[in-house]
Amino acid sequence: MKAPVDYLLHLADNAVVLGQRDAEWCGHGPILEEDLALANVSLDLIGQARLLYQLAAARIGGDATEDKLAYFRDDTAFRNYTLLELPNHGPLVGYAASDRDYATTIMRNFLYSALMVLVWDALEKSADSELAAIAAKSLKEARYHLHHAADWVVKFGDGTEESHARAQAALEHLLPYTEEFWTPSAAEDAAVAAGAAVDVRTLRAAWDALVADTLAEATLKRPEVRGYVTEGKHGRHSEHLSYLLAEMQGLARAHPNGIW
Amino acid sequence: MSSNVDKVWASLEHLTDPEIPVVTLRELGILRDVRETADGLEVVITPTYSGCPAMGQIEDDVRASLEQAGIAARVITQLAPAWTTDWMSDEAKEKLRKYGIAPPHQTPKDVSVMKFVRRAPEVVACPQCGSTHTVVTSQFGSTACKALYKCLDCQEPFDYFKPY
Repeated sequence: MKAPVDYLLHLADNAVVLGQRDAEWCGHGPILEEDLALANVSLDLIGQARLLYQLAAARIGGDATEDKLAYFRDDTAFRNYTLLELPNHGPLVGYAASDRDYATTIMRNFLYSALMVLVWDALEKSADSELAAIAAKSLKEARYHLHHAADWVVKFGDGTEESHARAQAALEHLLPYTEEFWTPSAAEDAAVAAGAAVDVRTLRAAWDALVADTLAEATLKRPEVRGYVTEGKHGRHSEHLSYLLAEMQGLARAHPNGIW
Repeated sequence: MSSNVDKVWASLEHLTDPEIPVVTLRELGILRDVRETADGLEVVITPTYSGCPAMGQIEDDVRASLEQAGIAARVITQLAPAWTTDWMSDEAKEKLRKYGIAPPHQTPKDVSVMKFVRRAPEVVACPQCGSTHTVVTSQFGSTACKALYKCLDCQEPFDYFKPY
C-alpha cells in the first residue's frame, strides 16, 4: 500500500527545513572542516527532500512539481517538526536575533538524526516500495549525520567548562521539542494503517537508549521534560518558520518559472 | 539485439566521474544497466548520495555521449537497489588509491542502528605511504562521500571514500 501524500510531505518538509537551517552555516562555520561538514549534511537533507517531493508530486498528479511543493506552499501547509525550524541559537523572544550557536545546531542534528536512523531503518521495510527505496538511501546518510553530531556532542559536553555549559543549555532548550516526535499525526496514522510506515511510538525506547548513551559519554544531564507539546507537523508552527520560508522561497516567488 | 546494447555500453565506457576522473561511471556502479525494451533502449543510472551535485552532470554526460554516438536511448534513474560502494571493483579501488584517495572498506553486514554510534573508528591506510597510523580530521571532506584523514607518519592529509 502507498503512503499518503501528507506523510511524504511530513518527511520531505522535515528534511528541507533542517537542510535550510544547517545551510545557514555555509561560509560561517566555526572551523573550515565543520563549514564543509554542515554543507554536506545539508546537501544530503535537501537531496532526500527532493526525492520525497518528486514522489509526492507524481502522486498528486496534475501540474504538481517538486519546486511547487517546496517553494509555493505557505507556512501553515508545512508539516515539519517545530524543532527543525528553530533558529541556530537559544531561546529569544519576538524579533530578537542572536549569533549562531554551534552547540544548538549540533544538538538539534543529534536529536533529529538519532530519530531518523530509526525511522529510515523501519521505512526501508515499508510496503510502499518507492518510499522504501528512498529510505534505504537516506538511512546510509542519516548514519553519518548521527555519527558526526554525536561526536561533537561528546566533544562539547566532555570539553571545556564553556562548551559543556553551552551543550547543556542547548539540550535543555531543544529536548522539550522532541516530545512532538511521539504524538502521531493523522498522516502518520494513515501511513501506519496502510502498512507504509511504522508507529513512531514503538521507536521511542531505542531513541531514548541512543540519546542516553551519547549524553552519558558527553557528561550531559538529560532534563525532565513536561508541558506543551509542539504541533509543527499539524501545520501549527512557531513564527520562525515564516522567516525561514521567506528567505528560502523569496527568489522562486519573485521569478516564477525562472530558469537559470 | 544484444549488439545494440553492446554499442550503448561502448559509447559510455569512457565516461568518468566528474569529481574523480580516474574511475569510470561503470566502475563506480553509477551506470547500472543497458537494456532493450519494447519502447527502445534504456540506460539505467543510480544516484550516489541523495544530494550529490555531480548527478546532474553525470546524467548530462550520459545523454551527450549517446547523442554523439547517434544512439536513441532513454536515461532512467533508478533508486533501488540503493547504490553502495561495495559495487566498486577491486581495480577501481586500486585506481582510487593511486589517485590519492583511500578506497572504501566493505560496508559492514547487518549494521545494527543501535551499534552505529559507538562503533570504533575504521582503520584507514594512508594512500601515499600505506601507514595505518592515521587520524580522522573531519567526517565530511570536499564532498559528502569522502572523509578527511591525516597520516601521522608521512604527515600527508588525504581523502577517504566512505563506505555507503
